[in-house]
Amino acid sequence: MEAHLEPAPGKKEEPRGRPRHWPRGVLRFCRQRPLGAVGGGVFLIMVLTALLADFISPYNPLQTNYGAMLLPPGGQHWMGTDAFGRDILSRIIYGARTALLVGFSASFFGATLGALIGVICAYFGGKTDVVIQRLIEILLSFPMIVLALAMMAVLGTGLLNVIVAITIPLVPRSAQVIRSSALSIRNLPYVDAARACGFTHSRIMFRHILPNVVAPYLILLTAYLGGAILTEASLSFLGVGVAEPTPAWGLMLKGAAVTFAETAPWMAIFPGLSISAAVFAFNIFGDSLRDELDPKLRTQ
Amino acid sequence: MKEFQSRNRPPGILEVKDLKTYFFTPGGVVKAVDGVSFDVQEGETVALVGESGCGKSVSALSILQLVPNPPGKIVNGRIIFQGRDLRGLGGEEMRKVRGKEIAMVFQEPMTCLNPVLTIGRQLTETMEEHLNLRLAEAESRSVEFLKLVGIPDPPKRLRQYPHQFSGGMRQRVMIAMALSCNPRLILADEPTTALDVTIQAQILELLKRSTREMKVAMILITHNLGVVARYADRVNVMYAGKVVESGFSREIYHQPGHPYTLGLLHSVPRLDEPRKAKLDPIEGQPPDLANLPRGCSFRPRCRFADDLCARETPPFRDLGGDHFSSCWREELPRRR
Amino acid sequence: MAQYLIKRLLLMIPTLLGVGILIFLLMRVVPGDIAEIRHAGEGSKISQEVLQKERELLGLDKPLWHQFGVWIWDVLRGDFGVSMWTGRPVLYEISIRFQLSLQVALMATFLAVLLGIPLGTVAALKQDTWVDYLIRVFSIAGLATPSFWLGIIMILGLLVIFGWLPPMEYAPIWEDPWANFTQLIWPILAVGYRYSAMIMRMTRSSVLEVLREDYIRTAHAKGLREKLILVRHALKNALLPVVSVISLELAFLIGGLVVTEQVFNLNGLGRLLVQAIEQRDYTLTQSLVLLTAVFFVLMNFIADLLFAWLDPRVRYK
Repeated sequence: MEAHLEPAPGKKEEPRGRPRHWPRGVLRFCRQRPLGAVGGGVFLIMVLTALLADFISPYNPLQTNYGAMLLPPGGQHWMGTDAFGRDILSRIIYGARTALLVGFSASFFGATLGALIGVICAYFGGKTDVVIQRLIEILLSFPMIVLALAMMAVLGTGLLNVIVAITIPLVPRSAQVIRSSALSIRNLPYVDAARACGFTHSRIMFRHILPNVVAPYLILLTAYLGGAILTEASLSFLGVGVAEPTPAWGLMLKGAAVTFAETAPWMAIFPGLSISAAVFAFNIFGDSLRDELDPKLRTQ
Repeated sequence: MKEFQSRNRPPGILEVKDLKTYFFTPGGVVKAVDGVSFDVQEGETVALVGESGCGKSVSALSILQLVPNPPGKIVNGRIIFQGRDLRGLGGEEMRKVRGKEIAMVFQEPMTCLNPVLTIGRQLTETMEEHLNLRLAEAESRSVEFLKLVGIPDPPKRLRQYPHQFSGGMRQRVMIAMALSCNPRLILADEPTTALDVTIQAQILELLKRSTREMKVAMILITHNLGVVARYADRVNVMYAGKVVESGFSREIYHQPGHPYTLGLLHSVPRLDEPRKAKLDPIEGQPPDLANLPRGCSFRPRCRFADDLCARETPPFRDLGGDHFSSCWREELPRRR
Repeated sequence: MAQYLIKRLLLMIPTLLGVGILIFLLMRVVPGDIAEIRHAGEGSKISQEVLQKERELLGLDKPLWHQFGVWIWDVLRGDFGVSMWTGRPVLYEISIRFQLSLQVALMATFLAVLLGIPLGTVAALKQDTWVDYLIRVFSIAGLATPSFWLGIIMILGLLVIFGWLPPMEYAPIWEDPWANFTQLIWPILAVGYRYSAMIMRMTRSSVLEVLREDYIRTAHAKGLREKLILVRHALKNALLPVVSVISLELAFLIGGLVVTEQVFNLNGLGRLLVQAIEQRDYTLTQSLVLLTAVFFVLMNFIADLLFAWLDPRVRYK
């Protein structure tokens, strides 16, 4: 992990390794890692879709139409309709909104809370560390989906509950990763030197340790984004996630999609494809980001 | 840099002629080795001396064709070992040279041994490969070599793992590994730099003794001039990817022909000087190998430089008695 | 090494206790009175007496710590209570479904390792070539595709292309191997694919890291053959973290089981958990989650054991 020195007063802080002008860095990234750029592009498209859903969606996703049930993809409905006559394309578009909302919130809160805990643990060590480590270990004893399921059993269905249920398993995982990153910094001699200079705890933590865990933090964010979307899809599929009639990709795969799979396969294909494409894109993007930020793994 | 060869010396077992190894990086072309020539006679110890980054390690790796590619590449030169140009050898043939004819000892005994294999395994595999021995024979031969390098209770040690040895002992094992197939030449890349000072002398003595006993030539790479005086027959001083001075170690020690060598000799504190005497370091920073200045590479740091040095690269001149130096000045002030 | 293991074993106890407490509290935090919820379906007003009896039966009138103690004591004696939903003992419900889930889990793991390690190694050796890209795309697809959707598509495919569905009834492998195979191969593939993707990626990055180590350079300098360097020097080191990751990431397996059993309508433990939650069967949910966590902690411990035994640096201190 590269050491990050206290810059001269007045000078803007810039961690070594990040390009000075970020547009140039972005272009270089696109050129050197085309797969990652594709992933990032899909990501961007998804965000735009979610933001502009009201404008680009052909129909109201909640609008039922019993005269047009189970229509195959065609002129009026590019992706067909479902068992209630709702336009699938519109539901997919609005589903992006749900997915991103859950994904962003859960991964952001999970990763950030975890990072804070991790840095605190690494920095203070001692009893604080031991106690929190126990708690983390207890939480990590549950596979993510089981914990999320249990939380949903307690909280009940609904969008907010889903976000909470997914955030909670992410916190200890993030804390573990960031803690070990921060530990490697914390053990460097210059942290002791900083203490000797009389810097306060929070100053050292925020100005010295935190910037150096930015790289793993970013990687976690992108990794958790995909995982959160998948978990939400699984929860909704199982019936304990987002509730009807909210458009959510996982929810669209539940019940009717399976029952009518033979006669109306488009009901199952499009939502699943969307989930896979989204998570795929995030993973590739996250991977390329990690390769970029971790010079050890580049081809020599 | 022109080829040179003393008329008094026969071709040695190794002749490096005008070796150029460049690294092609996104930041530019780094000329790590830029026209290096030297030779090694049978049984003699030749030192390659210089600061970090002067190209000595890369020269050794180039001889064994172990330069990571990409981004490194040997772009020029001939490496003639026992009459054959190593650069002309195919992959399989080169592999047979490594470990058997030419062996290498690396700097970091901590990381250069495989942590999950026993010392015995790491010793025997070379012999199994190159000498076609069976495991039992290789093991007993390993015991012999461990004794040679001074490791007590070899049979027990064979079954142990690297982490159970101290740094100095690990380096002894590496030396045993290098000697195990009776090579003609050993490349020792800063073999003692990573060790405690007290152990350093032991390892160097071991190297000197075993190479003499087994009549093995050695290229000793170091940045420590004190080592050179005692353990090397001849010296090549390197700077910025080139050899700037070359000769017998005693000669160079007493009458250096290049300002850099002079500077190196002066910058080492000596016990017989008065305490108040100031240290005399070489000014400036090591050069950027991707952006070398015109003319002599050492000029920015040289206290004897003049205009000629900035315009033209000095040739490698014969100062008499197999002593060569690449400097425009006829004579340098004698050593203190 | 023995010392290390005993220490780990002792550390497990507070962890397991913590797990138990967490689950217990979670279940008790449920909004609403359990007794009322049980009788909610019976419509109109239930007499307070009946409710009070119910509470006494479930031990809900005692203080919390007392309830916890009773529960733990029962669990340690193997008594997991009675399912509120089916009325049968929890242990019974688990035992009849155990075999199926175990078979899927084991075979999926086997498949995952068989696929993951070789492909990951090849990808590392051919870094940044088209082979590497292909394998990476394959593995990322495995991580991105929801295993339940994969299951749906499989069923769809079977239906559309072959006009055939896997058998509904579970037949143990020694009774009817063919029926067993045709039923379970699909969920095994669906779950195993995802698991193998994880292993593939881990192997790839581990091998990449190992190949850059100094001792690999030493091996080359000794003039050893490429294959030997790969297998003896590189893989032995690279697979160490992979082995522990395989057991740690069993979460993939369990998660996969939960959703895949739903898709394929398999009567396994994963499906049982979902049903328990749907039915608000707290006894069952509680026990299943506890068992999952205990299993997990145990697996972690075994992973540590394995790692300690395989890595000479830990084994011979």
